[in-house]
Amino acid sequence: MEDIDRFAGDIAAVWLTIKLATVVTLLLLLVATPLAWWLARTRSRLKPVVGSLVALPIVLPPTVLGFYMLLALGPDGPLGRISATLGMGIHPFTFEALVLVSVLYSMPFAVQPLQNAFEAIGKRPLEVAATLRASPWDSFWTVVVPLARPGFLSAAVLGFAHTVGEFGVVLMIGGNIPDETRVVSVQIYDHVEAMAYTQAHWLAGGMLVFSFVVLFALYTLYPQSIRSPRS
Amino acid sequence: MKNILTTLLLAQVCATMATPACAAEVHVAVASNFSAPMQKIAAAFEKKSGHKTILAFGATGKFYAQVRNGAPYALLVSADAATPARLVSEGFAVPGTAFTYATGRLVLWSARSAFVDGQGAVLRNGAFAHLAIANPRTAPYGAAAIGVLEKLRLLEGLRKKLVQGENIAQTYQFVKTGNAALGFVAMSDVYRGGKFVGGSAWVVPADLHAPIRQDAVVLAKGANNPAARELASYLQSDEVRQIIRFYGYER
Repeated sequence: MEDIDRFAGDIAAVWLTIKLATVVTLLLLLVATPLAWWLARTRSRLKPVVGSLVALPIVLPPTVLGFYMLLALGPDGPLGRISATLGMGIHPFTFEALVLVSVLYSMPFAVQPLQNAFEAIGKRPLEVAATLRASPWDSFWTVVVPLARPGFLSAAVLGFAHTVGEFGVVLMIGGNIPDETRVVSVQIYDHVEAMAYTQAHWLAGGMLVFSFVVLFALYTLYPQSIRSPRS
Repeated sequence: MKNILTTLLLAQVCATMATPACAAEVHVAVASNFSAPMQKIAAAFEKKSGHKTILAFGATGKFYAQVRNGAPYALLVSADAATPARLVSEGFAVPGTAFTYATGRLVLWSARSAFVDGQGAVLRNGAFAHLAIANPRTAPYGAAAIGVLEKLRLLEGLRKKLVQGENIAQTYQFVKTGNAALGFVAMSDVYRGGKFVGGSAWVVPADLHAPIRQDAVVLAKGANNPAARELASYLQSDEVRQIIRFYGYER
């Protein structure tokens, strides 16, 4: 009976992880697309500043983000106060907080492939579209999106996979609540710490296979498209 | 050349003889609830013995996995009695060296003053969003907290409000930052020499949960390390007893 319960816990963690990664990926595409577009086109002196801010999560230890988020989202923190005033319910130990943190944390993995793709398109196709009287909005959907499709795919896949692989930040602000913040990576850690190695193997092995399949599919479909974020 | 020979010879002598004159290094794995007193104890021990201690703090379950996989610790200062016993029976610790160095006390604590009353009645009125506990599967203090809630018949009612720290130190961090209004923490997190440092607290009566017996054991990697043995016996000394009680442990 207890085994069934534990198995149910693992399933719940897998389901929660998929839900988190899906929501985060959609939000990422929404935010990263204009950001990457701006970064690809701008000549502003702010470009390196914004670029660096976006890339920060690649070099920062997750503990830094986790620590500051714990303070910022707390009842006395700036984000915590804003959230309380607006009734948004973004507070540590909630799914919403994990979404917010994951979007920040996976941002470079979505922005950089998109930025590369937009830069590769260059100005020419858009100028041509403009002479054919396509509005910017039109040409974005009919020219940019099809040409940058590998970039969008890389951004979505890497954003999703990176969110699934998140651990440190979730551990620091999650509070290990079933169906709310207990994602697969935390569940694996729990199993290992509780010396339940058999259960840990099931989930850990599953993650390994999943991650390999995702990357393998991407590399096979678009061998030239995928570039690791600049390192 | 002569110097090198002398050094090698001395190292050889030090390895075979437990003379206090020979300075050795000892890697110690310490349960996170005991980190504050252990730093004091280690400093005093270094001064006294001339040995060098290298401390690592973390969850006992994690140390168990690390020790089984070749971690270089010579001594485990555990948060429970079960893990040292298990390591002995599996051949990763030296038989006959396990001893209880402290008994932990559980405290219901809030960073806000006058929030927790002296009887823990705050648990019943439920005017809070989150109650923090350590992960009961992996942390003895978490298991004790669940025991208390069960005994008070409050577990089912409060289950939705529970948030779990990965270890007792993280649980304290949740409460200290105000993200959880209150939580069950180790007394050593919030108590120094006879009084609580800030906030409000209820010392959970010891009859509400099984005693949190904390054992230490010399690990197989430390079997031939004189400093590990010395530190183990120093942990049982009267001098250390004073330090341990200062932090709210019993012995």
